[in-house]
Amino acid sequence: MKYMLLLASNPTDEPAPDDEAFGSYMGEWFAYSQALVEAGAMVAGEALQGAETASTVRVRDGKRLVTDGPFIESKEVIGGYYVIDVANLDEALDWAAKIPNAHFGTIEVRPVVEFDG
Amino acid sequence: MGVADVFRTEWPRLVATLMRDVGDLSIAEDAAQDAFIEASTRWPTDGVPDRPGAWLITTGRRKAIDQIRRMQRFEDRLPALADRTTINSERTESPDIDLDSEQALDDQLALVVGCCHPALAPEAQVALTLRIVAGLSTPQIARAFLVSEETMTRRLTRAKSKIRAARIPFGPPDMNTLAERIGAVCEVISLIFTEGHASATDTALIRGDLCEDAIWLVELLSKLAPADPEVAGLHALLLLTDARRSSRLDHHGRPILLADQDRSLWDQPMIARGLAELARAHSYQRGGAFQFQAAIAALHATAPTFKATDWPSVLRLYDALLRRQPSALVALNRAIAVDHVHGPAAALTALDAIPQADDLTGDLNEYVYFHTARFDVLARLGQLDAADAALERAIACSTNESERSFLRHRRQDLHETAGPRDHRN
Repeated sequence: MKYMLLLASNPTDEPAPDDEAFGSYMGEWFAYSQALVEAGAMVAGEALQGAETASTVRVRDGKRLVTDGPFIESKEVIGGYYVIDVANLDEALDWAAKIPNAHFGTIEVRPVVEFDG
Repeated sequence: MGVADVFRTEWPRLVATLMRDVGDLSIAEDAAQDAFIEASTRWPTDGVPDRPGAWLITTGRRKAIDQIRRMQRFEDRLPALADRTTINSERTESPDIDLDSEQALDDQLALVVGCCHPALAPEAQVALTLRIVAGLSTPQIARAFLVSEETMTRRLTRAKSKIRAARIPFGPPDMNTLAERIGAVCEVISLIFTEGHASATDTALIRGDLCEDAIWLVELLSKLAPADPEVAGLHALLLLTDARRSSRLDHHGRPILLADQDRSLWDQPMIARGLAELARAHSYQRGGAFQFQAAIAALHATAPTFKATDWPSVLRLYDALLRRQPSALVALNRAIAVDHVHGPAAALTALDAIPQADDLTGDLNEYVYFHTARFDVLARLGQLDAADAALERAIACSTNESERSFLRHRRQDLHETAGPRDHRN
């Protein structure tokens, strides 16, 4: 069964590229993604650029409305996602708990709709 | 013996077995219910079968097959289920049914921890546990929690939909997380008991049925997880607390403080059972929050009089409990023990430190007993204006009419200085 893990965190909690801890932090991400691949659970995963680069689009009455910024302005922003394929929610929660920014951010785990046929 | 006699034992066993067979909680629940309906029409005329549990499982499996046939979605589960059912023979029992097997116990444990899965909201865990494990009907649960039947139906339906959609597993818990998962079940049972013991929303303060359901559930859990010290601790706590039930209210339904309760009304055999469970919990040499609470309840239950209570030991146990469970509520009860050991001035200091402490979970600002505790201490220190304000605050926080009238009564008595009192009645 597929689950999407949506990664939200406050970017100021994260080591910046010029921090000493940045290298090992990046290492944790590579190791995590590698573990997902090796377990055969990885479907997809990407890191996103900062929320300041986000744009939102709405179409109302046939008119396109584009605005600057993410869905909701908040301190925690979506910074990336994984789609994993595992047996059940407990396995998905286990993978979510191992995500490097789970220690200061929040991971939302959502089952993916699987359409028949 | 009839259907009602076997219901309590056989219901969770039946649902658990069906859940393993079909892997869908709604189907398992409906099939179990249909099996009991059939039993209630057939047993009175045909007689109760020799092995009622096995009869119910066979019948339940047939009902599940009927249901699955009606909903094509689950047809892939049919062959496995049909294998286990003597569907084409005249026998009423499958030969492979062993009711007390390791498997049957594992299935029930899987069912209990599944209903208390942390991905479900606490109120959903409580409702599911009462419906799926204890076999209460939805209207019964709705009445117990004073919500409409519609609300409770929606709560249960939503929980079951999430279990299905998010695929919350109902398999045997793995050894690494077993203690944690059992801990979650203990929390749910404790919530059910607390709801029965001191309802915040009912006009009658004690609803015994939920207390009995909680005790039944913890007994079941003791059977399923016999070596877990916290399960034994919770069992002891519930028995030692419930043993005092008949002395907790006066004939107007108002609460009687522990200090004023008639101790001759306490259920001594139940206290003895509670003490035995507590001793069993201690024998595992692994402390836990429920064990400390049970030990405190034991000191109260065995004190010959309120005055003769071993308060220094009560205080030591609260200190230990607070380290393990740093909550504002535990700190409040600890402050009351401080009152009995060191007097009202020390108690006031302890009480007023609670809202300032940032390492405690919970907020007592809206909590009746925090304000009644401050009232008591302030009154004895002669700070009558502050005491009156605290009591006014307590009345404003209370959501319970019999409690409010009790508090108004105490407000009238304010200017009489009382001795140390206990607030947890």
